[in-house]
Amino acid sequence: MKHEFRVRVGPAGFRIGSDWKQPIDQLAALYSDYPAPDIPDFTVRLFAQRPWRRFLRPSVMIGGDYMLPDAAPVSLAHGLLAAEMGMNLQMALGQRRYLLLHASAVERDGKALLMTGHSGAGKSTLSALLGERGWRFMGDEFVLVDLSTAVVHAFPRLVSLKNEAITLFEGAVDADRLGPLMRDTPKGDIRHLQPPTDAIAKMSEPARPALLLFPRFGHAPDVREVGEAEVFVRLTQASTNYVALGEAGFDALSSLVRTIPTRAVDYPDTENAVASVERLWMELAE
Amino acid sequence: MNTNAYRADPPEARRVIALDGVALIFHRPSGLTHILAPPAPQILEALAEGDAEPAALLDRLKRDYDFGDSDDLEAALEARIAELEMSGLVWRA
Repeated sequence: MKHEFRVRVGPAGFRIGSDWKQPIDQLAALYSDYPAPDIPDFTVRLFAQRPWRRFLRPSVMIGGDYMLPDAAPVSLAHGLLAAEMGMNLQMALGQRRYLLLHASAVERDGKALLMTGHSGAGKSTLSALLGERGWRFMGDEFVLVDLSTAVVHAFPRLVSLKNEAITLFEGAVDADRLGPLMRDTPKGDIRHLQPPTDAIAKMSEPARPALLLFPRFGHAPDVREVGEAEVFVRLTQASTNYVALGEAGFDALSSLVRTIPTRAVDYPDTENAVASVERLWMELAE
Repeated sequence: MNTNAYRADPPEARRVIALDGVALIFHRPSGLTHILAPPAPQILEALAEGDAEPAALLDRLKRDYDFGDSDDLEAALEARIAELEMSGLVWRA
């Protein structure tokens, strides 16, 4: 394609091609500290719906090795978001080497804290916040469970800050770590955040899962135990490739569920959440 | 073969993991995961001895489990077998 960028995030290599220069320049700036893959695993294409739409009211179609048939185009102003969505889609639909959990993760002392929940539960914001406060950020979107060793691999792509979460980081981190503010996207306002330097430098280091939390934002503080069977069901729902992996996925997920301490955590605000996480980590992570 | 008899796959067709009171089952022939509460896993185990009608199956289960005094055990068992049949883990022989 006319413009191209290559990047490796954790164990996955991407090649992103685009009809336009702008999203590629934005990607190159935000992924400046990341290595390039020798051979990309996945290809993402950002292309014009019709040839003239490269120039006239440009709208970006997302394509790639794996794609959804009815994906709607986004405006060129949201081109960076389109690239990130395309990369996520390749992982969600194409990744077969790891069990993929739609979860965020941070690491301390070689041990990983995993957080999963519905969209808007705060797992992404919380992982990014902990990444600025002494934890190693491993990813805000996918956790990659190794099928043979049960360790988790990092996938520290750009953090996708949404709506109110954006103001938590503006002014608190270097401005050059933040991407352009994209208003009124299908997911509301979005601004990308480059993970801390150590998260990128250590992205090839796996960690042993030590605590799993189901955070829920906007509720009175509460901590509840969750039964193993419920944890299993929730994690199959949080996985994008559990069915495709067959028995290997079953073995990896069931052994994770039997070994990891798990709690559901409600919290009214992020400071309360950080305090809860630190306390539960002290009590439960082995 | 009697049409009221039921059959299940041999035990090696299933990978079973016990999770707090329920059985997590990966059914190899279909690739599907099932979560079964008692007595469904026990019914599958009992069928490993061979095809059986509900009455005979109940006799097998009574050997290993104490059901107490109840009149409608066979009806309850048939309801559980019907659920297993729906899930594809049991079928008519």
